Amino acid sequence: MTFSADLALAHPQLILAIGALVLLVWGAFTPKATAIIGAAGVLVLLAAAAAAATGPLGRGFAGGLIADDASAFAQVAIYVASAFAIPLGQRWFERRGVHNFEFPVLILLAALGMGMMAAAGDLISLYVGVELHSLALYVLAAMHRDNAKASEAGLKYFVLGALSSGLLLYGASLVYGFAGSTVFSDIAVAVKGGAHTGVLFGLVFLMCGLGFKVSAAPFHMWTPDVYEGAPTPVVAFFAAAPKLAAMVLFARLLAEGFGGAIAQWQQVLIALGLMSIAVGAFAGLAQKNLKRLWAYSSIANVGYAILGLAAGNAEGVQSMLTFMVLYMVDVTGFFACLAALSRQGKSMETIEDMAGLFKEQPGIALAMTAFSLSALGLPPFSGFWAKVFVFKAALGAGFGIAATLGLVGSVVAAFYYLRLIKVMWFDGSVGGTDKPPLEAKSIGLALALFSFPLVLIGLIWLYPAAGRAAHAFGLA
Amino acid sequence: MTDIGLPHYLAVAAILFTIGVFGIFVNRKNIIVILMSIELILLAVNINLVSFSVYLGNVVGQIFAMFVLTVAAAEAAVGLAILVTFFRNRGDIAVDDASMMKG
Repeated sequence: MTFSADLALAHPQLILAIGALVLLVWGAFTPKATAIIGAAGVLVLLAAAAAAATGPLGRGFAGGLIADDASAFAQVAIYVASAFAIPLGQRWFERRGVHNFEFPVLILLAALGMGMMAAAGDLISLYVGVELHSLALYVLAAMHRDNAKASEAGLKYFVLGALSSGLLLYGASLVYGFAGSTVFSDIAVAVKGGAHTGVLFGLVFLMCGLGFKVSAAPFHMWTPDVYEGAPTPVVAFFAAAPKLAAMVLFARLLAEGFGGAIAQWQQVLIALGLMSIAVGAFAGLAQKNLKRLWAYSSIANVGYAILGLAAGNAEGVQSMLTFMVLYMVDVTGFFACLAALSRQGKSMETIEDMAGLFKEQPGIALAMTAFSLSALGLPPFSGFWAKVFVFKAALGAGFGIAATLGLVGSVVAAFYYLRLIKVMWFDGSVGGTDKPPLEAKSIGLALALFSFPLVLIGLIWLYPAAGRAAHAFGLA
Repeated sequence: MTDIGLPHYLAVAAILFTIGVFGIFVNRKNIIVILMSIELILLAVNINLVSFSVYLGNVVGQIFAMFVLTVAAAEAAVGLAILVTFFRNRGDIAVDDASMMKG
């Protein structure tokens, strides 16, 4: 392949990289122009999404970059989700007296890292993508500089994130040494017909590192603290797109690189998935802070996605991709609603704060009810369809017991979602909530409309698109 | 007297890696020590990569090591910057103080 053909495959990433650098320089010279820089950031993200959707397919840079249906699907979802984060977060920071043009630039850099993760075909591009998105996310978590909780969240995220990158990298070095290559397709040749113990050892380290990034139990301990401390719109961002990017990377690594060791990684994935579901369901019961509660909810939901991936076939990957996209809508919407709420200038973050919300803010209370019911998996909300596909894939692969345990976990988790709904609808209201800001409220309501009823139309397009993406991984 | 071969290098890297991981979990005093432990982990990986690269006669491992070095520098810069904001808010960087959030 010629160099220009390689570059054509990297158009979405190039648009983001150049866009981020231009906006950074622009912001450095006109630091007051935050609104314009934010709008330009959204345009750059949408342009990258369009480039990913329409660009040429193929493999470039000696296998390091893959543009196929899977990377296009994931990139479009990631860039669109990131575009929601810019208006949501920028206005939130401005209301708190933090005026910074760096926010959209950091979102662009994180999106670039996630785009690299979705398109990585090599352990080096995997590592660079993971680090690029992680470094941007550490800074975003600590972006509210004068807030002690936010800087503590950033510090915890940084330390545990760096540890997970170290595990990932140690695994990558072992896989490189014992398989003799860093390109996934060459690793697949080395693994075919029984993998060397060293390669399996490396694979376990790689899975631990990626488990940290998707916050699967037992690597979840950073999640509740970081979600609680980080600014709410930033949580809306990093609870959604980075999880999808890491799951796509997980799927590509396991399917393309380690297709020959499927029996080994299936067992690990089932253990990770069931542990996440159990931790998310039971530890969530004791939470009073809504951001912590949804951190545990996200741990449980990643568990279901991993269960879908564990099926180890194209249907499993298809269900995982559908699940993650539908879950992204729920979690972004919920945190957008939470970012919209305040009482006399103070953020409302605990369950008690929500008492009688329906009487004060009926629109937001309805949207939060929809997201909670959807995350719980009640029909006909989007989360129900997501779980149906995952359980169908798990049952199809013969994991009856695991699917049953997953179902029990979602029944346990129902308690905390229903308690939130009960508090919002039937408890006495305190009064005094502020008028919700337009952008957060409209994003929350629009996403609630997607989670029901628009999802029924959306699935007609989404499920086959996820299917095409899943077949790109080359699983049966 | 035996020659020093690949297993020796891998053993050194594994020991350094373990020290680094334990440095993060066992250390209960200072966050700077945690940053040093992270560096130790990354350097252990570099020893692995370079020794595999020489053993395999394949240059990719050394290129990978260059990427790791670069990213490690960026990571240390971001980590120290976050540490500075933490220090400004608290006036201290002891690990035990990083406990506003629990549960």
